[in-house]
Amino acid sequence: MMTETVSKTTVKQVNENQCHMCMPLGGVVAFKGIENTMVLVHGSQGCSTYMRLANVEHYHEPIDVASSSLNEKQTIYGGEKNLRKGLDNVRKVYNPKVIGVVTTCLAETMGEDLNRMIAAYKLDNNLDDVDIIPVSTPSYTNSHSEGFWSATRAVIEYYAKPCEQHNRINVIITHISAADIRELKRILDVWGFEYTLIPDYSMTIDRPFTGKYKKIGAGGTNTGDISRMPGAPVTIQFGRTCEDKMSPGLYLKEKFGVPLVNLPLPIGVENTDLLMKALGEIAGKSMPKSIKNERGWLIDAMADSHKYNASARPLIYGEPELIYGYTCMCMENGSYPAVIATGSQSSLVSGMLEEVLVNSDEEAVIIEDADFATIEDAVLKAGSNLAIGHSGGKFLTENYGIPIVRAGFPIHDRVGGQRILSVGYAGTLAFLDRFTNTILERKLSTYREARKTELLSKLESVPDKSCVME
Amino acid sequence: MENTCPLISETDAALITDRQSSIMTAGNNKKSISCDVDSLAGSVSQRACVFSGARVVLNPVTDAVHLVHGPIGCASYTYDIRGSLSSGPNMYRRNFSTDMKEKDVIFGGETKLIACIDEIVEKYSPPAIFVYATCVAGMIGDDIVAVCRGASERYGIDIIPVESSGFLSGNKIIGYRAAAEALLKLITPKDGEVVEKTRKLNYLGEYNLGGEKWVVERYLKEIGIGINVAFTGDSTVAKLKKAPGACLNLVQCTGSMHWLAGMLEEKFDIPYMDVNFFGSQNTIESLRKIAAFYDDPGIYARTEALIEREMKAVTPVIEKYKKKLTGKRAAIYVGGAFKALAIIRQLKELGMEIVFTGTQTGKKEDYEEIGNLLNEGSIIVDDANPAEIEKFLIEKKVDVMAGGVKERFLAYKLGVGFIDHNHDRKDGLIGFEGAVKFIREVYVTTCSPVWKYMKEGLKEEDDDRNSQQDDS
Repeated sequence: MMTETVSKTTVKQVNENQCHMCMPLGGVVAFKGIENTMVLVHGSQGCSTYMRLANVEHYHEPIDVASSSLNEKQTIYGGEKNLRKGLDNVRKVYNPKVIGVVTTCLAETMGEDLNRMIAAYKLDNNLDDVDIIPVSTPSYTNSHSEGFWSATRAVIEYYAKPCEQHNRINVIITHISAADIRELKRILDVWGFEYTLIPDYSMTIDRPFTGKYKKIGAGGTNTGDISRMPGAPVTIQFGRTCEDKMSPGLYLKEKFGVPLVNLPLPIGVENTDLLMKALGEIAGKSMPKSIKNERGWLIDAMADSHKYNASARPLIYGEPELIYGYTCMCMENGSYPAVIATGSQSSLVSGMLEEVLVNSDEEAVIIEDADFATIEDAVLKAGSNLAIGHSGGKFLTENYGIPIVRAGFPIHDRVGGQRILSVGYAGTLAFLDRFTNTILERKLSTYREARKTELLSKLESVPDKSCVME
Repeated sequence: MENTCPLISETDAALITDRQSSIMTAGNNKKSISCDVDSLAGSVSQRACVFSGARVVLNPVTDAVHLVHGPIGCASYTYDIRGSLSSGPNMYRRNFSTDMKEKDVIFGGETKLIACIDEIVEKYSPPAIFVYATCVAGMIGDDIVAVCRGASERYGIDIIPVESSGFLSGNKIIGYRAAAEALLKLITPKDGEVVEKTRKLNYLGEYNLGGEKWVVERYLKEIGIGINVAFTGDSTVAKLKKAPGACLNLVQCTGSMHWLAGMLEEKFDIPYMDVNFFGSQNTIESLRKIAAFYDDPGIYARTEALIEREMKAVTPVIEKYKKKLTGKRAAIYVGGAFKALAIIRQLKELGMEIVFTGTQTGKKEDYEEIGNLLNEGSIIVDDANPAEIEKFLIEKKVDVMAGGVKERFLAYKLGVGFIDHNHDRKDGLIGFEGAVKFIREVYVTTCSPVWKYMKEGLKEEDDDRNSQQDDS
């Protein structure tokens, strides 16, 4: 079937109701997945506060992010003194092993040379027990998805050292929920793999209550493990939409020769099959029985719900990697997408989507660099009756009654954004049930009135001749 | 050093000694607090920025377009940021950004800003556009004043620059001022225009969160006083332009509106008075103050009748929950002093003890007032950070905290109840009915069964704290 790709920039200038966020935000999340790490945002105070707020509202956890709190004076004369002060204070209060420093638009526009400043700071303070890792994340270049990839890559570039071959595989994730990370780890455990999963924020920003509060939560990818990633037999990366220059897996391949298996997120049967096939080849064995069962339950459930799903014409929006996964899942279930949109500008995702949508029965519109004004227009034109995506789409429900199956980031108007599960066979099934039940809920709450109105009016339009005798 | 308190010592591994002078205790050994200064780098301040200050003040103008001139983040983080309700237009809930890209940063963003304004006017013909400057816009020197003037002349509508570049200060109070200046520009009659004087009043610093303006409007209507326009809750551009026609300005949120109230007095001869409708006692006092201004026997009588009737509903609720809440220990950390003072008074009415209070933007005189209301030994902090909040919540054995969303989950992690008093809240807490809602919220969180399970865990922590000392 035809797909239509809309390029927003040729149509309009103003971004009306944003569908994405800024680069350093993704950087913050990625750094939070490294063991014993604190993050400092080099820029003005508000940026760090907003990034905390966005994360706090999603994860419902305290998320501390420091700022170098640049003001007018530093904007003119340079922010080095503030950066140093900020690093001093972060070290004192949080005592981290790693400090991630992400830049803001302000710092980038000022032209701050973070590498030099950090090297000088480390030298002057005789610091060899704290690693300070800068990442350039000017918001005016990309979205939070790219910030996430850039920070993950920067961490790997910082630590990865040539080392002896070992059996621990590398697993590099995109921006998914904490529950998804835990599910991926469970799958790897069931297969019996040893692995380094990065960045692992499944514990650090979704902390179980243990009775102990620590300023930096336990968990996160161990830096020693990261340094040994070059000795891994293979890297599995869920980053089909990630551009080469930001791809952590590609870095490990090009620099250290670690084979890269770049996969889509395992959402849907086929995408999960791809992961299982890859794992099977690496392990040299067949799929564990318990996972086979999970696949079976998923297929069984798909049959249960396929007729309901056929009535959906979903809008799918959010980060590139996620929208690809959800599109595949919808296609497999006979829910042919009407509109697929991302706030990111990634030329990779459109091509991938077009390949999948070839099998669609209906026309779909793909929008990159999207805002909700553009999405709204497309949705109304296409008659979407359901959406999959983050809280930014809440206006579609408010204004047009289109229900949203919440997924992605940020979920700030519901609890449990961090617990939304959608990867693997079990996760796909959990997601599919929510999806189908949303369709059913909508149908059951509206069909009586809708049928009544439609059919009674038709009935009334027929002239009553029952009493006329021929 | 005269200002030094023993609250942070060199042995407090997790606290920053540079912040000594921003912390004090209420009571006899009074010291002046250091406040109204830039946040310390790396301190993890809870403060937002100048842009955010301007944004929260102006955003409730319901039919204006709010256009953020900057990269995407500034707009997307403040998208639908307030729980302000509207009785009419919903334009304020749309969120516009010029979405500056690298090219705009290098070559200047004015061209894009002009194009965006053109597009907005063509699509929506709004009565006004507020154009907010962000860090980058300010830094690269985009002349938003000139762009707005040009576009304003071209379209014959108010296109008003808000000079809110974030780097101007880490204190959003500077942004309140930028917003107030924009409002003053909007409401100053153009040459030849005359605004008729009325017996109505303006209600400044009321943002209609959860419909709060409508509650007070109803009380005033009942006693015979009309609201000319509220700033900026549920306001429209046309209503705001009638502002010079009021005979009195009520100032509720003093932090955001005192300067503007002063300017309105100077320019239009409108006197102002501070009011506070949070809590039943504050509401009663404010209503009586307003009645006294009008000095009309009918208004006096109706005011007293309203108070008597409403308190019949409030008093039993206070009595009921006071039994459960007396002696509970509370902490408050909020954006502004107005809010802190309002909460202190309400919690005291419930027999609670406030052991720790702080604000992001308080001034010296605010902290003095706060200090006078608190018992000896209560902690007062300006521009606190999570480490300090954590320390004082634990040390002071706090049962419940009032604050915004960033503090909420820290409190929960420590087994402390939490009262939301943020600008994004959905339920009104104002007036007599708001007081009842507030009391109920204080009760449900302070006395929730949940904390039993958390505190069992925290007790374990106490038990093995000694053996864990090297484990931070």
